[in-house]
Amino acid sequence: MVTEAAVWEALDEVPDPELPVVSLVELGVVRRVEVDGDKVHVALAPTFLGCPALDAMRRALESAIESLGGKAEVEVLTGDEWSSDCISAVGREKLRVAGLAPPVPRDAGAPRLVQLQSAVFRCPYCGSTETRLENIFGPTPCRSLRYCESCRQPFEQFKTI
Amino acid sequence: MNERARLLLELADDELLVGWRDSEWTGIAPTLEEDVAFSSIAQNEIGHARAAYELAARELGTTADELAFDRAPGEYRSSPLVELRLVDWAHTIARRCLYEQADRARIEALMQSGDEVVAGLARKIDREEAYHRMHAELWAERLRGDPRFEQALAELRPYVDGDRRTRTDDFAALHDEMTSVRRTAPGAEW
Repeated sequence: MVTEAAVWEALDEVPDPELPVVSLVELGVVRRVEVDGDKVHVALAPTFLGCPALDAMRRALESAIESLGGKAEVEVLTGDEWSSDCISAVGREKLRVAGLAPPVPRDAGAPRLVQLQSAVFRCPYCGSTETRLENIFGPTPCRSLRYCESCRQPFEQFKTI
Repeated sequence: MNERARLLLELADDELLVGWRDSEWTGIAPTLEEDVAFSSIAQNEIGHARAAYELAARELGTTADELAFDRAPGEYRSSPLVELRLVDWAHTIARRCLYEQADRARIEALMQSGDEVVAGLARKIDREEAYHRMHAELWAERLRGDPRFEQALAELRPYVDGDRRTRTDDFAALHDEMTSVRRTAPGAEW
């Protein structure tokens, strides 16, 4: 018999395909788990709709559920069920240690340029907020590139979304 | 076809084509930063297209791939703006600026939809497009007053509200390229 707690625990072991320091549960993209007998329904929210890792995430969740003996049903959500605020405190700290600055909290409206140019972005290496925007876009849709004037290091910034 | 499917298809066709056109700069953009930016924007636009095609497909009893790649040219509902093959940077940036402006108005209207699935998709797209708009805004600021850029804007502006029922001359080659994998490997699963 598969329990909901066992599913959450197993999915917390599934690393994000592109940011393997955090699990998909820590990233907050597993929005719901429902267990009905041996059927396990999971609602997966993409970080960005254009995330190329989406299919890899879906397959990784399915295989984790199947190794528990459950029948996996992964639903990919198309609404705004995920935001960068959904990343857990543990997940944020793991990102920072890996050199990827965690996202700043999101506002009611969509993000604006003036925010990206403001001094709220902290360097994950030295903690300074003397950082500047280098490129809105980075190696994946969810990241930007910034430069720390204090320790003179470029770093990746998780986008607020 | 009902109004909901029509709106989703217009959105999906525009996002697929603009994403395809933007991806043409991958590897050859004027700077490395723009190479990264255009690749990322393109990937994201195609992600929006996929989500909108999937919702439309459920309504029309088909699949996202069939809608994206198996329709005849006359069945697409894309804006002529996104069909054009643009080979210089001034025009490419002008299209990004004009497209993001028009897309924003559309997404804002869809966010007000009483249909929660459509409104939810629009809210998600809006948050992502915010970064595309910032990119366009930075370029518009940098190039404002530049004669080549201003001329490109003037040339492309009439295409924004162009007829969605007819295809531009550039569409045929684009359609041929976009659908070549589907045609050479019918039924392939990815």
